[in-house]
Amino acid sequence: MAATPAQPPLLTLRGIDKHFGPTHALKRIDLDLVPGEALALVGENGAGKSTLVKILTGVHQPDAGEIHLGGSAQRFSRARDAQLAGIVAVHQETVMFDELSAAENIFIGRPPMKGWPGLQVIDWATMQREAQRALDQVGAGFAASTPVKRLSLAQRHLVEIARALSCNARIVILDEPTAALSQAEIRDFYGLVRGLKARGVAVLFITHKFDEIFAVCERYVVLRDGASVGSGTIAQADEASLVKLMAGREIDQIYPHIDTQPGEVAMRVEKLTHPSEFADLSFELHRGEILGFYGLVGAGRSEAMLALMGLNPQAQGEVQIDGRRIDIRRPGDAIAAGLAYVPEERQRQGGILPFSVRHNISLAGLAGPASGLGEPLSRGPWLSAGRERALAARMIERLRIKTASQDTPLAGLSGGNQQKVVIAKWLGLNPRIVILDEPTKGIDVGAKQAVYQLIAEMVAQGLAVILVSSELPEVMHLAHRVIVMRRGRQVAEFARGQADADTIVAAASGITLPARAAVPAAGGARAGVDLKPQLAA
Amino acid sequence: MKAFDTWERVLLALIVAVYIGFGLGIEGYLSPYALADSSYNFSEKALIALAMALLIVAGEIDLSIAATMALCSLAMGFAMRAGAPLPLMLLAALATGALCGALNGWLVTRWRLPAIVVTIGTLSLYRGLALVLLGDQAINGYPDTLSLWGNGSVGDLIGVPGLIVPIEFAVLVVAGLAVGLFLHRSVAGRRIYAIGANPIAARFSGIAVDRYRMRLFVFAGLMAALAAVLLTGRIGSTRPNLALGWELDAVTIVILGGVAIEGGRGSIVGTLFAAVLLGSFTFALGMLNVSGIVMSMIVGVLLIVSMVLPRLLRKLAWRRPAAKPA
Amino acid sequence: MKKPALFAAPALRREWLLLAIVAAIALAVGARAPVFLSWRNVLDIANDSSILAILVMGQMLVLLTRGVDLSVASNLALTGMICALAGRAWPSLGIVPLLLLACSVGALLGALNGMLIVRFGLPAIVVTLGTLSAYRGAIFVASRGAWISDQDIHPLIKGLPRETLLGLPSLVWFAAAVVALAALLLRWRREGRELYAYGGNPSAAVYAGIPVQRRLMMVYTLSGLLAGLSGLLWVGRYSIAFTELAAGYELTVIAACVIGGVSIGGGIGSVSGAVLGVLFIGVVNGALPVIQVSPFWQQAIAGAVILISVVLNARSERTTGRQILEHDALPKAAA
Repeated sequence: MAATPAQPPLLTLRGIDKHFGPTHALKRIDLDLVPGEALALVGENGAGKSTLVKILTGVHQPDAGEIHLGGSAQRFSRARDAQLAGIVAVHQETVMFDELSAAENIFIGRPPMKGWPGLQVIDWATMQREAQRALDQVGAGFAASTPVKRLSLAQRHLVEIARALSCNARIVILDEPTAALSQAEIRDFYGLVRGLKARGVAVLFITHKFDEIFAVCERYVVLRDGASVGSGTIAQADEASLVKLMAGREIDQIYPHIDTQPGEVAMRVEKLTHPSEFADLSFELHRGEILGFYGLVGAGRSEAMLALMGLNPQAQGEVQIDGRRIDIRRPGDAIAAGLAYVPEERQRQGGILPFSVRHNISLAGLAGPASGLGEPLSRGPWLSAGRERALAARMIERLRIKTASQDTPLAGLSGGNQQKVVIAKWLGLNPRIVILDEPTKGIDVGAKQAVYQLIAEMVAQGLAVILVSSELPEVMHLAHRVIVMRRGRQVAEFARGQADADTIVAAASGITLPARAAVPAAGGARAGVDLKPQLAA
Repeated sequence: MKAFDTWERVLLALIVAVYIGFGLGIEGYLSPYALADSSYNFSEKALIALAMALLIVAGEIDLSIAATMALCSLAMGFAMRAGAPLPLMLLAALATGALCGALNGWLVTRWRLPAIVVTIGTLSLYRGLALVLLGDQAINGYPDTLSLWGNGSVGDLIGVPGLIVPIEFAVLVVAGLAVGLFLHRSVAGRRIYAIGANPIAARFSGIAVDRYRMRLFVFAGLMAALAAVLLTGRIGSTRPNLALGWELDAVTIVILGGVAIEGGRGSIVGTLFAAVLLGSFTFALGMLNVSGIVMSMIVGVLLIVSMVLPRLLRKLAWRRPAAKPA
Repeated sequence: MKKPALFAAPALRREWLLLAIVAAIALAVGARAPVFLSWRNVLDIANDSSILAILVMGQMLVLLTRGVDLSVASNLALTGMICALAGRAWPSLGIVPLLLLACSVGALLGALNGMLIVRFGLPAIVVTLGTLSAYRGAIFVASRGAWISDQDIHPLIKGLPRETLLGLPSLVWFAAAVVALAALLLRWRREGRELYAYGGNPSAAVYAGIPVQRRLMMVYTLSGLLAGLSGLLWVGRYSIAFTELAAGYELTVIAACVIGGVSIGGGIGSVSGAVLGVLFIGVVNGALPVIQVSPFWQQAIAGAVILISVVLNARSERTTGRQILEHDALPKAAA
């Protein structure tokens, strides 16, 4: 693809700085967006990418720094201001009105009107026509009158992009849009991005998948811990250096060395099935083992784990723990059998934000025999405040949780420390099997390392760990074995060192390897570049 | 969760202010007999407010609680007409209360319906049933024991002449202590706070959320029965409009007492203080011959003010927007 | 683009079902007592339902935004009393000033709700529970507890609902006009569409630039305005004004909305459904005396009907688990 002539940047950020309470989310970021080009914003979870997007879309205001659009300084005090300036964002979790049609969603807040001044009514015919046109332009195969609740995630993305097009957006931000898409849908998506660029739109593409960076982007900026640590053209970049920039250290410094050998069978699951979410899951889990569950977003892994914890009443199947068949009908049964589940959504499912750190830590173990103290937290029905304090103190120390005091509300902690509190809650029960669902989502590199260290300690002590993750490097470095799920079914199982990244991703996406078409890349880099980590044998 | 914090201190100060203010202005307001008298009205309301507080802390609400009282009183009256002795009459009331509460609980937990709509429906249903069963009649002729409980003092009960503390007030104190210890010191109480603050996280942490909700609704029904027994004993008759509109008073007491309507926060001490505050205030108004409907108007205004005030203060105190983690 | 089949959308199916139920009840009662189906009786039911219809339109707007307005009946009674007092004090008042008075007082009372809810962020249920009481008490204060009976009601107020136009009483025309305007607002004006958006996803609505505070103020003010109008019509129809007027009627209003498919959770509801809900209540209420059920049953039945409707609504709105499994053949797993 011929390199486009260099144009002056449409949007420039200089010195953007942002704090959230104790967290320094963005540290003096500089960024340029050029029309007709896609800029890859790369970084790990918690690096500050979504905060930057929120500042660009007017949801948050920077504490310091300047935004220049088309030459003049801008201040987006509300989301509306950014939209009016022509900045549109498409997120992974689409933000739509389910009960309204695609056409209405595309034109929400600015419907075409007709009539006389003073009595303006909505021009439905024009709305329908224009919306259908925009949808056809992005290759959507459905009618604009379809209610959005009936659309799949990929189709909703199309509606969002159609919305951007019909707004005549000059800057389109794509925030991890392909996480849940199949390979074919991703290819279509690349075409869409190229179409946007051809129309002179400046694209900010946020991802941590290297395939995409090298397929559609011209330049890149790497964020790490809120700071910009590198930028340049894709043509002159290679994946190894990008990885190093993202992580800030050599690969083998991030992940601890897991050298425990799996022992006897801790849990056996047979034919775990749900009418609509997953079917026929069968696997074994050993003491001292980390069993990874990999798959695309929406593959059904979390749903299966919820079933193991008794949180998914329609699921059926047999679960044996230490050889004994366990009937899990509610979370209490699972907890009594020694299971623990650190859920995916920290703030909604994992912890209670207005509760203090101490109250969060004790939440699951209020009654019942076990606790990290070795004695119960309650005497009969009565809570012992003293023991609760002791437990909290012990867990804060053991997990090195950074908090002003036990009484600080959970909301006042950084994401990484919040996650530690949630983990502490479960470790305080001395579980035998710990299920971690995307444990490093949205937390900074330092906290990630701490979580990995915790996992290593857990298995060293003989616990069995299930690690559900969409971060392939994480899974490949930590897990003894990896089970791949796709659309609710178990499609592959690999032992450590048995397969490379390409193979695992292929299994998760449902394509057979040799048939994968070469994707023409912008900027001259190699096609289909993947992360090839060095695995500890 | 703390039982005695800033808001409770404010309430206590207001109670003192009311007593001193009206005590100076109204002849005989502070006499022991007047004080005892003032406690009757708020004792019964406070009993249902205690149950309402637990429900609201857990993120629910029960607007049918006063209508339940009417049905319980009715059940008691019918039992009496059928010749039942007092213990059976009481059982009839308690059973009715439990059933009414269980229906609410079942609709909320089994069908996942919002408590507000369910209890608006059952409010209508229960009050309507009371109308249907009794029409514009009244049931009178309750045994003297009942009247003693409603009107008498502890001294009358145990034979100590000077002890004029009303039995109703004593019942309230005991109930308040029990519910307070339950909410603030027990495992179940802590779980109720969790359910109100974040029911999803509570469930994920192994708390049987629906079971607690059901039990709280049944408890509300039982407290309604208790309050109905005392109220019926005090006024000596059952009418379909018994305790009409008391659900509003109960909600007002709870909100005034510092329990957040969203759930997850609040204290029983605050609820009790609010009951005393409201009761003493309305009693003073009664002594000044203010009519009942104006009093409920004032209660309505107080409800709103008690919610606006904390938010106003918060707005004035915080210049910076609240810090939120990324 | 195909038009959706008439029975495709669940909401539409529901409304046909409701219509069928109402028709069935009417026919069943009519079979037992043919007078029920006479034009005279139909007019009676229409008259009774008209005021309910006006109130339901206002409540529906509030419910769409995930709110509720429990003060409508008190608003109605207070405004009605004020109009009656004004009519008695100034007999030379024309009907137009009286109408304006009713609408503006009602709107003011509604705006007060709106201000507390929007400006202070207080939950609608608690605010309107408070104003329910406050407004009711204000009637007592305004009237000093006295009733205003037939002979003191301004003749124009009495006449207002009874004037006929094309064979139908003007009360019915008022209702028809309000329903038509509501339908227009919700279908053809962006303000109306934005109510659905806000009720469906409040944070997304803010993000999309919808002026949320203005819309919320609008719905509570409109609800109040319509309550005020209804107050004038009520006082005119029943030729009476007193403190306890229409006490408890807010529950009937909410019942009609819920039966008509307006969701308590917000974002869902149609004018046609709400009108069917009103018809349902009107027909059932009209049927009760005909089949000789005492009026004491009304409240109980209203309660039971609310509960049944809400349960039925919940069943149809229930979302099943996500459909993740595909039922095609599995691809060959990579080695």
